[in-house]
Amino acid sequence: MARKFLSGNEAFAEGIRLAGPRVISAYPITPQTIVVERLSEMVEEGSLSAEFIHVESEHSALSCAIGASAVGARAFTATSSQGLLYMAECLTYASGGRFPIVMMNANRSTALPWNIYGDQRDSISLLDSGWIQCYVENAQEALDLALMSYYIAEKKEVSTPFMVNLDGFVLTHTYEVTDVPEKEQADAFLPGYETENKLDPDHPRNLGFSVGPEHNIAFKYKEHLGILHAKEAVREAEERFAQIFGRQYTGLVEAYRTEDASFVLITLGSIAGLVRETVDRLRERGEKVGLLRIRYPRPFPNKEIAEVLGNVRAAAVLEKDISFGNEGTVFSNVNSALHKAGIPVPVSGYIGGLGGRNISSEEIEGIFADLKSEKRKTMFLGLGGEGEWV
Amino acid sequence: MKPYLRDRIPETLAELPDATAYEAGYLVTKNAGWRSSRPVIHQETCRGCLKCYLYCPEGVIFQDGGKVKIDYDFCKGCGICRKICRFGAIEMEEEK
Repeated sequence: MARKFLSGNEAFAEGIRLAGPRVISAYPITPQTIVVERLSEMVEEGSLSAEFIHVESEHSALSCAIGASAVGARAFTATSSQGLLYMAECLTYASGGRFPIVMMNANRSTALPWNIYGDQRDSISLLDSGWIQCYVENAQEALDLALMSYYIAEKKEVSTPFMVNLDGFVLTHTYEVTDVPEKEQADAFLPGYETENKLDPDHPRNLGFSVGPEHNIAFKYKEHLGILHAKEAVREAEERFAQIFGRQYTGLVEAYRTEDASFVLITLGSIAGLVRETVDRLRERGEKVGLLRIRYPRPFPNKEIAEVLGNVRAAAVLEKDISFGNEGTVFSNVNSALHKAGIPVPVSGYIGGLGGRNISSEEIEGIFADLKSEKRKTMFLGLGGEGEWV
Repeated sequence: MKPYLRDRIPETLAELPDATAYEAGYLVTKNAGWRSSRPVIHQETCRGCLKCYLYCPEGVIFQDGGKVKIDYDFCKGCGICRKICRFGAIEMEEEK
């Protein structure tokens, strides 16, 4: 194991080097560019034995990865923002075809207004595309997910593509001391990719075919079961990961100081770090507050959320996305989880950080203060107290 | 070899594949209903040059016992074979 000072992009590239995809096809876009640059350098210098394919667009990048997966090769691509939206057509080909491709998405705002900074509207808007989605908090988790994502995606009963999301700039471009495992350890963790879902002249079969109205819904049901099976695969991957690398992860969610909490803030991605610090500061003042970080919004952790929020007085969701005309999508999903579990906890929905706007510790304290004073809100942060709607 | 349809297609969830990958010939949707007219090969005029086979965008033209034939389960009736036949051996007949 080596300790290196890496940005999120670089850490992810190291993780992909260890996972050893046979084909990498990607098109550069800020703030994802560096992960692709590092991987191209690794291929050039020979520390990663893969075909690095330069493509003319993101649509082609994922199409190319699908083609690689369709001959049984482990494939990787990466994108961000408008690039992800340009790929959108191909996302369902990958998920419906059950090709376990891994993609890194650098979360970035979507136009217009044009903006290169981080929010999560790009990937959250594609929650329904049939991909597993994970949101990481730091560079180490990014590197570790590069390895675990293939393990989970390639499990036969899962066979579902996997999108790992890193907040643009906040994670992709900031540097942290990161443990980089040895290749032997990575090989011990991640078996080679074996599948029958491939073009194989010795076993000819139709691949990527059409299915008419009578049976189409059966395929969609199986696709749904596949992504649900990822819940068990995540647990298994993390247990195996802890045995080999000694780092422990917490499954679909991470609950921090929630056991006796009265008020819990639910969020995802890098902002969880600041919420954690704020929780610690408020705890020192005797406030019973906690953090629930959603690591995987797909498959959605309905049960886990209900367990953590079963005994709290109030909760809030802080998210960097908005489903225009309704509310934050994570907020909708959390409310659905609680409703199904019959838990009548009031939940507020806060939209923050759009277009890369800073979310301050004071604003997070303000959310907890709102919860404590029983103000139930749906609002945008950072508009000078305005920004509420019903 | 001409593609062929299996007698029985899988019906239950257990029989259906998990991915869109399966032995050829099952789970096929016939396209015959898309046609408004069908190409008919006049065998006495046909020289067996197979130019129509090369041009057919659907790959539904095949040889059977030395004769050129069309798989009407999948022919969509585009008429390219009629246009490309230099001997005038293919005519389009209206589907009724």
